[in-house]
Amino acid sequence: MTLAMPKPDDRVLENRDSFLGALAAIVPADNLIADPVGLKTYECDALSAYRALPLAVVLPETVGEVSEVLKLCLEHGVKVVPRGSGTGLSGGALPLVDGILLGLGKFNRILEIDYPNRCVTVQPGVTNLAVSQAVSAAGFYYAPDPSSQIACSIGGNVAENSGGVHCLKYGVTTNNLLGLEVVLMNGDAVRVGGKHMDPDGYDLLGVLTGSEGLLGVITEVTVRILPKPDSVGALLLGFADLASAGDCVARIIADGVIPAGLEMMDRSAVRATEDYSKAGYPLDVEALLICELDGPEAEVAELSERVEAIARACRATTVRRARSEDERQRFWLGRKSAFPAVGKISPDYYCIDGTIPRGRLSEVLTRLDALSEKHGLGVVNVFHAGDGNLHPLIMYDAARDGDLEKAEALAADILTLCVEVGGVLSGEHGIGVEKRDLMGTMFTAADLKQQQRVKCAFDPDGLLNPGKVFPVLHRCAELGHMHVHKGDLPFPDLPRF
Amino acid sequence: MTAQTVRPGDAAAVREFLAWAAAGKAPVEIVGAGTKRAFGHAVEAGYRLDLSGLSGVVDHEPAELVLTARAATPIAEIEALLRQSGQRLAFEPPDLGPLLGEAAGRATLGGILACNLSGPRRVRAGAARDHALGVEVATGRGELIKSGGRVVKNVSGYDLTKLMCGSWGTLGVLTRVSVKVLPAAEKTRTVLVAGLSPGEACDAMGAALASPHEATAAAHVPEAAAARSSVAYVGGAGASATAVRVEGPPVSVAARTEALRGLLSAHGAVEELHGHNSGRFWREIRDVAGPIGDADAVWRLHIPPASGGAVLDGLAEHGVEGYLDWGGGLVWCGAPATRAVSAAVRAQADAHGGHATLVRAPGALKEAVPVFHPQPAGRAALGRRIGDGFDPAGILNPGRMARGA
Ligand SMILES: Cc1cc2nc3c(=O)[nH]c(=O)nc-3n(C[C@H](O)[C@H](O)[C@H](O)COP(=O)(O)OP(=O)(O)OC[C@H]3O[C@@H](n4cnc5c(N)ncnc54)[C@H](O)[C@@H]3O)c2cc1C
Repeated sequence: MTLAMPKPDDRVLENRDSFLGALAAIVPADNLIADPVGLKTYECDALSAYRALPLAVVLPETVGEVSEVLKLCLEHGVKVVPRGSGTGLSGGALPLVDGILLGLGKFNRILEIDYPNRCVTVQPGVTNLAVSQAVSAAGFYYAPDPSSQIACSIGGNVAENSGGVHCLKYGVTTNNLLGLEVVLMNGDAVRVGGKHMDPDGYDLLGVLTGSEGLLGVITEVTVRILPKPDSVGALLLGFADLASAGDCVARIIADGVIPAGLEMMDRSAVRATEDYSKAGYPLDVEALLICELDGPEAEVAELSERVEAIARACRATTVRRARSEDERQRFWLGRKSAFPAVGKISPDYYCIDGTIPRGRLSEVLTRLDALSEKHGLGVVNVFHAGDGNLHPLIMYDAARDGDLEKAEALAADILTLCVEVGGVLSGEHGIGVEKRDLMGTMFTAADLKQQQRVKCAFDPDGLLNPGKVFPVLHRCAELGHMHVHKGDLPFPDLPRF
Repeated sequence: MTAQTVRPGDAAAVREFLAWAAAGKAPVEIVGAGTKRAFGHAVEAGYRLDLSGLSGVVDHEPAELVLTARAATPIAEIEALLRQSGQRLAFEPPDLGPLLGEAAGRATLGGILACNLSGPRRVRAGAARDHALGVEVATGRGELIKSGGRVVKNVSGYDLTKLMCGSWGTLGVLTRVSVKVLPAAEKTRTVLVAGLSPGEACDAMGAALASPHEATAAAHVPEAAAARSSVAYVGGAGASATAVRVEGPPVSVAARTEALRGLLSAHGAVEELHGHNSGRFWREIRDVAGPIGDADAVWRLHIPPASGGAVLDGLAEHGVEGYLDWGGGLVWCGAPATRAVSAAVRAQADAHGGHATLVRAPGALKEAVPVFHPQPAGRAALGRRIGDGFDPAGILNPGRMARGA
């Protein structure tokens, strides 16, 4: 591992046994894991290049237990890493050797389905898909749909502000959230929002979403649900060059069409997924677009015509419109199996997640090719083209010496490129440990310090998930100082403004 | 106290001024166009930071669906620019100027975001904060920071952009913002149902919003408020009006209007508003001044949408009358300016798990009643600690919200 984590606290390591004894007094024995074999299950999230064994894994079942555990940790100066389902791709749930891993998996109940208010309240360990399934029979669904939705937890979705293929039209997690209960490091449970739109006071819902487990432990989530659209249509569009595909994406949007999903795959992704899934993709293309449209039938029909015309104007070499639900599912089959397909052709792969302005798509892909060549590792591109969210999959072999380091270096170059063209480091997977040391490419020291002051408001001792998101950890006392002295300032003579 | 006005020409000067003010612990009132000065508690400050020098659209890329503007750019200017490329601010920013005794059409982008104000389309398109992609902010520490960016998907560090929205200038001064823009609707129609009670209206609006027909707004104006409408169909009907709006491509609007008429006819007799009348009706709902009339105190309640009817009925017992937007989730009402009635309004919000804001009131009432809904101790303390991190000297709009009041 090439990653520097906060220096373990020797005192905590030495006092492990007595601390475990105190934990055992809070949670049932079955919910406290401290043996090496048991701990191994939790040594990493889906960014498996980085691993560590935590001091212990604690699986609380009630808010009261979460609160007691956090208070105990605060008292003993023990770090806490929250974990949902461990599908995170940025190492947010990577354990710390001197900290506990707080698993929310037992918070798996749907607490209330409220159709008149079109919302659902769940515990954080409920999976994303389970929310949609619970309300499906009544004609509703929960819009954000990460590809990991069978496994990932709602708590994790909130912590990462997760997206999915439909967020172009329906927004990401933060746009679909109404209320939260979080337990702070000092054990206090705080409720934000509820079943109404717009919480009062500062937008804590906004800061907590995407806070990657650094501000509080989410113990309850209220999301809004939407009525399922009347009909769904999809087009499969192939292009002989990347520039035309990128152009097509820009023109669809500029034409005023907001597709429910607009996904792109490059040549290598098309080949890999076709080999794996036999979706029936054309193999003579440099880029393939899937454009999904939903809404009333009349609208889907009309917009499909418009998209088709735009694609032809952009010299599409393949234009197919799904004539049945079965065919639509087949369009998606390849895209949805991109990860396992790449897993088939490469021993290991590393999924990157940056966002760029849509207009720079083809330029970025071309430059990405050059970077891939420079580092000597292949890259397969699948991404949410509609919102400029790239997911290059870097292929490497962890068993080969130096390959992981090469993959990390290539990833850093790709993300730096995203920022350089006016984009951001992460579109939906979060910073975690993965992109932590690149934060300086996007933010100044002052920007990062201000973010950390927000952390200080929630967790002044810095015990909640330290070592993630921020490249440099400042002490809260130091961040509180204001380095200004009236006498030093250049203008006591205000009127010049 | 007469405040000294400071009018910087750029973000660097705003930063410099705030550093100076912070060093001397000199309170500053932050003013965009000043249209919402009457909303919120009055700020006692020796300096007024007039941001009108920070105006103008910096960049608009229609195909990127993003616009960047300096903070005090008038919404009207932005909307005019967007119209040229068939786009709009989908959260439908309200113009509360006239409600608050100011001229119409002067609200600024920074002001709208700082107060997180959204119009009827909130139910479908989200709030102002959902459309803010990135901000540049001068903090109360005298530092210029940025958060977010110009892209819709972004999980890179804490979302300070959202935190700035709805902070009423108490955390920092927005100097530049990037917002998401969306295609404007090609066509708009409104389906009206006459004569429903608030409770029945909530059922009807709920049915519309739970249908797949993609309503982009749903409001209910009881008879008294309806009578104040300048839209003849509504104002002259002598009955309450429940309205559901449909927007989109013409074929789609036709199909959905038809479907909604069918659905809503189970609740009452249906009518339709087209183009001009529909636009005017929703502007009245959005800007509040029309339907609310000349009540002494004006309140806004955020509640679960299905509670709209019960809240409006409950308020009526105290001589408070108003109307519902957001499918029942937003109540605007006019009330006598007394402490007893104010307590009753807050109690209604509490009973339904929502919150109530005193939007317009005589100074004496605002001295006795907090403008923003009182918070539980834990959350209030958290808010104060966040505030201390941005503005340790407490110089930004002190007293405007609860912090430090
Ligand atoms: C195959 C695959 C496909 C994926 N596709 C997508 C996709 O399409 N879109 C997308 O956005 N993401 C995707 N992801 C990433 C991942 O699934 C999401 O980030 C997801 O939200 C993580 O949820 P989790 O429950 O697994 O969280 P974890 O991995 O357990 O944790 C993630 C972070 O959240 C924190 N956390 C978890 N629960 C809580 C809580 N209750 N309180 C406080 N903090 C908490 C953790 O500390 C950690 O920092 C994919 C991952 C995989 C493996």
